[in-house]
Amino acid sequence: MPKIKINNLEVRADEGTTILQAAKEHNFKIPTLCYYPDLDIKSDCRVCVVESVGQEKLVTACSTPIYEGMEIKINSPRAQNARKAIIEMILANHDANCTACVRNTNCELQNLSDHLGIVHNRFETIYEKKPNDTSSPSLIRNHSRCIKCGRCIDACKTIQDISVLEFSGRSHEVEVGPAYHKDLADVFCTYCGQCSTVCPVGAIMEKSDVEKVWQAIDDSSKHVVVQVAPAIRVSLGEELGMQLGSIVTGKVVAALKMLGFTKVFDTNFTADLTIIEEGHELIHRLKNGGKTPLITSCCPGWVRYAEHKFPDLLENLSSCKSPQQMFGALAKTYYAQRESIDPKDIYVVSIMPCTAKKYEAIRPEMSVNGEDPDVDAVLTTRELAKMIKQIGVDFDNLREQKFDKPDEVTSGAAAIFGATGGVMEAALRTVKEVVEEKPLEKLDFDTVRGYEGIREAEVEIKGETLKVAVAHTLANAKKLAQDIRDGKSPYAFIEVMACPGGCVGGGGQPYGTTREKQRDRIHSIYQVDRLMKIRKSHDNAAVSNLYSSYLGDPSGELAHKLLHTKYTKRS
Amino acid sequence: MELEKVLERFPKEQTYLIEILLDYQKSKPTQHLTENELKEVANYLDVPESHVFSVVSFYSFFSMEPRGKYIIQYCRDVPCHISDLINVKETLETLLDIKTGETTEDQLFTLEYSSCLGQCDGAPAIRINDKIYRNLTKNKLQMVLAEYRGDHHA
Repeated sequence: MPKIKINNLEVRADEGTTILQAAKEHNFKIPTLCYYPDLDIKSDCRVCVVESVGQEKLVTACSTPIYEGMEIKINSPRAQNARKAIIEMILANHDANCTACVRNTNCELQNLSDHLGIVHNRFETIYEKKPNDTSSPSLIRNHSRCIKCGRCIDACKTIQDISVLEFSGRSHEVEVGPAYHKDLADVFCTYCGQCSTVCPVGAIMEKSDVEKVWQAIDDSSKHVVVQVAPAIRVSLGEELGMQLGSIVTGKVVAALKMLGFTKVFDTNFTADLTIIEEGHELIHRLKNGGKTPLITSCCPGWVRYAEHKFPDLLENLSSCKSPQQMFGALAKTYYAQRESIDPKDIYVVSIMPCTAKKYEAIRPEMSVNGEDPDVDAVLTTRELAKMIKQIGVDFDNLREQKFDKPDEVTSGAAAIFGATGGVMEAALRTVKEVVEEKPLEKLDFDTVRGYEGIREAEVEIKGETLKVAVAHTLANAKKLAQDIRDGKSPYAFIEVMACPGGCVGGGGQPYGTTREKQRDRIHSIYQVDRLMKIRKSHDNAAVSNLYSSYLGDPSGELAHKLLHTKYTKRS
Repeated sequence: MELEKVLERFPKEQTYLIEILLDYQKSKPTQHLTENELKEVANYLDVPESHVFSVVSFYSFFSMEPRGKYIIQYCRDVPCHISDLINVKETLETLLDIKTGETTEDQLFTLEYSSCLGQCDGAPAIRINDKIYRNLTKNKLQMVLAEYRGDHHA
């Protein structure tokens, strides 16, 4: 283990680590900007420069490996001045009207500026105010705030293998954006929002529904109901200052009531419903020689990707709507009827870890009356946190509350929808037990859990082997889809989630989500599952009751009308 | 020449991107590339379209606007800039009666800027198609343009 010196302190660091890693090991936090833990090291911005004694030039800590006897000065006046000058130059070319920015108080550039003590910029402001790209239903791009760090480009390229975002131009005319300077809606963007979670500033953000939702809550003629996705209960706490991976299910319900929602429901209920419908679909396809592999369709980023890049595989997609849309459809039919409310007066809000859900909600087929969307507004985890901060709720100290009756019954199987492999495991619990007509010996399907990009498993069902696979990120989904196209796919059933880690790593989750944080949230999700009284979707009595009292048979006529959908070839 | 014919001459490897684009652009009278052509090249090499556009927008050799017969590029880098007593940009814009980025009505000249032409010792410098002109004065610029105009009429 090489011995090095950091700021005159002698320490040991692992061979081959970078200065940045070695410093972190010893609790020195070197300022960074273009660096992001899960992405490629670029050493573009030069903010992490430090002095390496004996070397004439400053070196970038993110990309320089340590060596025996290396002496590093993080805070020598020379290094500090260089860092300061870089941030000042970036600020000069940045719309630094901070109070008008969504990232105010949560901005890496603002933090750096503060930490480096920049109270006055020596350079003249030269940024050009350009109109925002508001073309997409999910994301807004603000060119004047972009600092060209390239993180979004990396996320689009390395996580999703889509490369919608790229650099263009050269020198001071460099821009970040789609090819030919087109708007996001005019290129093939899946609206996954990974770019927005890695952006250090307010250059890419979700298209906010916060104002719309406040208006609806204030409108006394509206019956405003809200649904909460499985992944929110393990990520919202962290956005509101609690520990990573805190399980805050009951606090979310309490906070939503305080915000003024009339009824607070759990998307997990319709996640259970999804499993019943999708499970039946799988059994039906396997029995009748239908199109396989069946691929999950809960993830709107994946659906949009498939429609564009694999239009030949759309028959493989499950025809089931996502839990969000099943909820929306039922809220404006079953719920309206049961509560004797005009569906026109029901306003459905979703809390989702996702930016693509905003797009899903406005897809024309997601409307039971053919006019109004079934889901009226979609808030990301970040937007909900903003609303909670707006009214000044002491979130940490909230007393837990339960979801509204009578559909508050949900299963652990639904809870794990938020983690990669969760939908697969939930479906397997139901399919195996239903087909075998005897209780499962073991509930946990460990082989489909984990963080590997693609995981495969073989499950014995009534003497037959069912080959299944799970993929997260579109880069990995692409590999499985290509195999199907080439006739090489051995699987009967595939789960795809567009975001790393599944919904816990969604594009609407707290800024700065990393693999490490995703893993914490996944851990918590399985804990939620373990603590549930019911662990299997088909054991959910409220779901059975919905079928017997309203829907009829799973996959029956009404179920098909309300809970299933169609896809469109888009290329 | 058709783009397909140009593509056939190159292996499907990303390293040939610039060569393919240059070759094809040169073969077109308008000396420019279109969105559809970039898309075709991207598909052929299996690289993202945004990457092809990134390359095209980076190098001043490439243009996505139709250009005239002679492409005049003046250097905008430091040595040319500081020794540019006659201000090549303004002189050329006046003599050609167009702005940078535009083409003369007779489709003879297109005026563009470029980053360093590697002629710092002969600054200020311009390039017209593949030919470099150095140590420019207003008089010299007038003569060079006249030469090209004459060439065109001949």
